[in-house]
Amino acid sequence: MSSIAVPARSRRNTLATTLGFVRRHLLTAYSILFFAYLLLPIAVVILFSFNHPIGKFNYTWQGFTWDNWRYWDGVPGIRSSIVLSLQIALLASIVATALGTLIALALVRYGFRGRGTTNILIFLPLSTPEIVLGASLLTLFLNLNVVFGFWTILIAHIMFCISFAVVTVKARLVGFDRHLEEAAMDLGANEWTTFRKVTLPLSAPAILAALLLCFAISIDDFVVTYFNSGNKVTFPLFVWGAARIGAPPQVNVIGTAIFVIAITVMLANVLVQMRRAKRVS
Amino acid sequence: MSYFHRHRELTPYLLLAPGVLFLAVFFVVPLGFLAYQSLESGNIDFGYAFTWSWSNYWHALRDYRAQFVRSLEYAGIATLLALLISYPVAYWIAFRGGRWKNLLLLFIVAPFFVTYLIRTLAWETILSDNGFVVNTLQSLHVLGPSGRLLATSTAVVTGITYNFLPFMALPLYVSLEQIDGRLIEAAEDLYASKLHAFLRVTLPLSLPGVVAGTLLTFIPAAGDFINAQLLGGPDNHMIGNVIQSKFLELTDYPAAAAMSFILMAAILVAVFVYARLVGTEQLTGTAV
Repeated sequence: MSSIAVPARSRRNTLATTLGFVRRHLLTAYSILFFAYLLLPIAVVILFSFNHPIGKFNYTWQGFTWDNWRYWDGVPGIRSSIVLSLQIALLASIVATALGTLIALALVRYGFRGRGTTNILIFLPLSTPEIVLGASLLTLFLNLNVVFGFWTILIAHIMFCISFAVVTVKARLVGFDRHLEEAAMDLGANEWTTFRKVTLPLSAPAILAALLLCFAISIDDFVVTYFNSGNKVTFPLFVWGAARIGAPPQVNVIGTAIFVIAITVMLANVLVQMRRAKRVS
Repeated sequence: MSYFHRHRELTPYLLLAPGVLFLAVFFVVPLGFLAYQSLESGNIDFGYAFTWSWSNYWHALRDYRAQFVRSLEYAGIATLLALLISYPVAYWIAFRGGRWKNLLLLFIVAPFFVTYLIRTLAWETILSDNGFVVNTLQSLHVLGPSGRLLATSTAVVTGITYNFLPFMALPLYVSLEQIDGRLIEAAEDLYASKLHAFLRVTLPLSLPGVVAGTLLTFIPAAGDFINAQLLGGPDNHMIGNVIQSKFLELTDYPAAAAMSFILMAAILVAVFVYARLVGTEQLTGTAV
């Protein structure tokens, strides 16, 4: 009996390993396809920043040129739209991160009445469609006769960035060693000194992450800005306007530049993490 | 003794105050204004007056039923597609990513680093009438000689699926990554096949990620109008297109406000049901 059973089992094992092999590589092959799909439009954006379009439509490949990069601001309005986007993103990310960090500290450190409500208040803007965020702010400003422009855009951006800042900082503060703060207090530091000398430096990476996230979200926002911009034009609004009459290749140039800068920052971060993980192990 | 020491119970409120006040004034109050405006009647020339005009809601539902249904339909299909497309990859990264995990996650969010409108315009290029996708489909006779992809529901759903895919893939990855590998090994020892082990252990344990990903994809997708505007035709307009044009072009504020409210109410109901099921802490936790 056993002389029959053994080869049968080993055959089943080879079958299982073959199936496992196929499955594993099927999954890998599928994942490669997935990433190709994910990166395809990015490749198109980069490629068409070098296109030399005939007529107004930058849809079909006509020939290679450096001109779009050399004359990146050769389209009226593009430079001022980028400047405005950068200003808004910088201010909005700083203010939103400051407000968000304070909320995150309160949520992580203290038990207090209204925690649940605060959590919901933070979560609601994240779960409200952008168009409703934009439309409701628009009705507020309309009804109060506020003049639309720089300030309305800035307020809108701070508003939708706060929740992202809270969630980002909170996620890192949760795993934070409270003993360090208690030690500082035991040694005679008051709460403010402890906060300044211990809490703040230790949560710096989280705060930086929140800043970067808010900056990225702000500079990319179209919908909420569209509702609250008046006649000011941020870069995404410029793209929207340009798209109606055929977006010039300079739009791809700026898109590529933003992508390259963002991906470099993130890549550097990931590489540092990987090296650190390697050193630890 | 500092002020803080004597009033420790006040500290959290002081920390909360600026941010929460900001959100109250510029998020909660505006929703009130939106609700108020949605019950007004009149027009832009003679002004609007609050008249409890519930008819704005009935008219919105009556006249734009097609766009409401289409929004939910497109968002639903795109969410389902995003789930099916990204689950295997999230699984692959979580269990086979090894030390490359963070790099692969960076690839997943890479589309976010290209301005939303520009990546949608890239899809316009990819799907354009003389593009290689249309040409290939035509030579395979999937599309007729004059067939096109732009201005079809396929193009709009393609765009939505792509644009919100990272919102699905990331929470899926987070929940799969948290699964203890020993549980799956134990399951494989106990159940007959790997498929069973997957269906009975891995899949149920990844459900929080599925639910979070579904919400994070469905909510922005249902309110989107960019994909429908750039990739679709008038027949593909979603409720977002209507709200946008009523607010910014036709200045029919009460109708637009009513539609925004219907959209948000539908979505909020879904979120609160979910919050009741899993708790707000977990909901905000998986949202990253």
